[in-house]
Amino acid sequence: METVLENMKKQKVNKLSANLGRRRMFSGFMITLTVISMILALTPLFSILGYVIVKGFSALNLAFFTELPAPPGEAGGGMANGIIGTFTLISLASAIGIPVGLMAGIFLSEYGRNRFGKLVSFLTDIMLGIPSIVIGIVVYALVVLAMGGFSAYAGGIALAFIMIPAVTRTTEEMLKLVPNHIREAGLALGIPKWRVIMLIILPTALRGIITGIMLAIARVSGETAPLLFTAFGNMYWSQSLNEPIASMPVLVFNYAISPYAEWQAQAWAGALTLILIVVVLNVSARLITRKR
Amino acid sequence: MFKGIAYIFGFSIIALLGIMVWEMFRGSSFAIEKYGLDFLFSSNWDPVAEQFGAWPFIYGTIVSSLLALVIATPISVGIAIFLVEIAPKWFRDIVGFLIELLAAIPSIVYGLWGIFVLAPIIREYIAPLFINTLGKFIPFFAGPSFGVGIFTAGVILAIMIIPTIASISREVLMVVPNVQREAALALGATKWEMIRTAVLTYSRSGILGAMIIGLGRAIGETMSVTMVIGNRPEVPDSIFDPAYTMASVIANEFNEASSDIYISTLIEIGFLLFGVTLLVNIFARFLVWSTSKGVQEAK
Repeated sequence: METVLENMKKQKVNKLSANLGRRRMFSGFMITLTVISMILALTPLFSILGYVIVKGFSALNLAFFTELPAPPGEAGGGMANGIIGTFTLISLASAIGIPVGLMAGIFLSEYGRNRFGKLVSFLTDIMLGIPSIVIGIVVYALVVLAMGGFSAYAGGIALAFIMIPAVTRTTEEMLKLVPNHIREAGLALGIPKWRVIMLIILPTALRGIITGIMLAIARVSGETAPLLFTAFGNMYWSQSLNEPIASMPVLVFNYAISPYAEWQAQAWAGALTLILIVVVLNVSARLITRKR
Repeated sequence: MFKGIAYIFGFSIIALLGIMVWEMFRGSSFAIEKYGLDFLFSSNWDPVAEQFGAWPFIYGTIVSSLLALVIATPISVGIAIFLVEIAPKWFRDIVGFLIELLAAIPSIVYGLWGIFVLAPIIREYIAPLFINTLGKFIPFFAGPSFGVGIFTAGVILAIMIIPTIASISREVLMVVPNVQREAALALGATKWEMIRTAVLTYSRSGILGAMIIGLGRAIGETMSVTMVIGNRPEVPDSIFDPAYTMASVIANEFNEASSDIYISTLIEIGFLLFGVTLLVNIFARFLVWSTSKGVQEAK
């Protein structure tokens, strides 16, 4: 590590001839640049929120939540099947992703302090970085081809593959925050290790784990790419989980790239609904941790 | 007993990744056998004639994500510096929350906004700036701009990876020991000189890691890019031309692929995407770990 003095010498900061006034001005200029960069980054956020709220609200009505999509070019209709479909897919994904992620997280924190655990921890990080479209392909090959068609199951499994590493990572981190003396106190009382984990450690870290799970659900609820060729999409109600199923993100995608003004307007309403779901999950997750 | 169950679930992570690699390999083996390495460097994409070359997609992915990185890095580092070194705490919390919100917006919403808001702005205002100046000398910046194109994709990607790079850089800057700062100030450095010599120099490799994690996200990003890049399977001459990326060709054409070889080539593109993001992520994690052991999570 170079010392600060050496760095400053190298970069000619302490040149005595340097004019202090000019240096101060340059400093102020660079600091202004950091403020400008923050404004530059937040402008798109406010623009997106503004457009989604204004355009979304004007297309939002009761029919949007209760009716099936209208045929192309016709006014009216809604995304009722997409809303139910998204909740179905999230439930399926949670049913698989939460228990697997939780247990893998417990493994990493409580039993994983060895080579095998380090490997699993590393692979979890790797899985977090896999593009979601790749997961779509894998589930297509694994489930869609095997079951002979697009289905809600396939969509749910694809979303679960995205949830698992996220839930594993947060569970591990939250469990590792539980102080060791709590574990030791439980074990000293003669409680078997698995009961110490389930009855003492897990409840202690529960708040953080629930926050992590909510953030994972929020992330998954807006995912589109992995659903395109797993859950596919459906303009009608799905009769069973073996059929293709509609979802909000896929409907928004199809509507947004369509040439029909009515559909484009509904895409904004869909985007507003999606953002509301995501923001509510995010904000309440934050509130849960803050109460601590 | 419980320990055994926990081990099984730990093993399931390895199994899951193994299954992924195996399925991608199995699905793409047909295309790999048939076209070999030519597949990567041929620019001819004509599914009807069974001509498959992935170069336009690889090129599109490289150019759009590098463009995103060039735009996003200075802004993200600026935000990180502002949050760690300058902003008061209450303001830091608000901006931190807003940046997290930017990260939480679904990709599809970025795409929708990109089509209807960003693309027209770029076509009318931003593209002419480049076309009428740089474009006169360098064909890479020549016009016309249709709004959708590789430049628009780069801008959308930049907006999407700013929260990633900014939040990791912020954590990297926060682990810089305060004595570093105090030493620089005591030697008479101005605030910016202190930041540059004591803070940025100290966290170089961490910021590089943050950039590479951002790059990994940009490479794999699908929906928003598909909606604004124009989807044209040719190598673009200009930065404002419509193009295609690896992720978006899969999203658009996978369901329409009629023949086995067509599907297999698309899976091979996916396999390539998987391999590239894998390497990028491993490299980035290594860099970030080497500066701050605490930063593990790539949001």
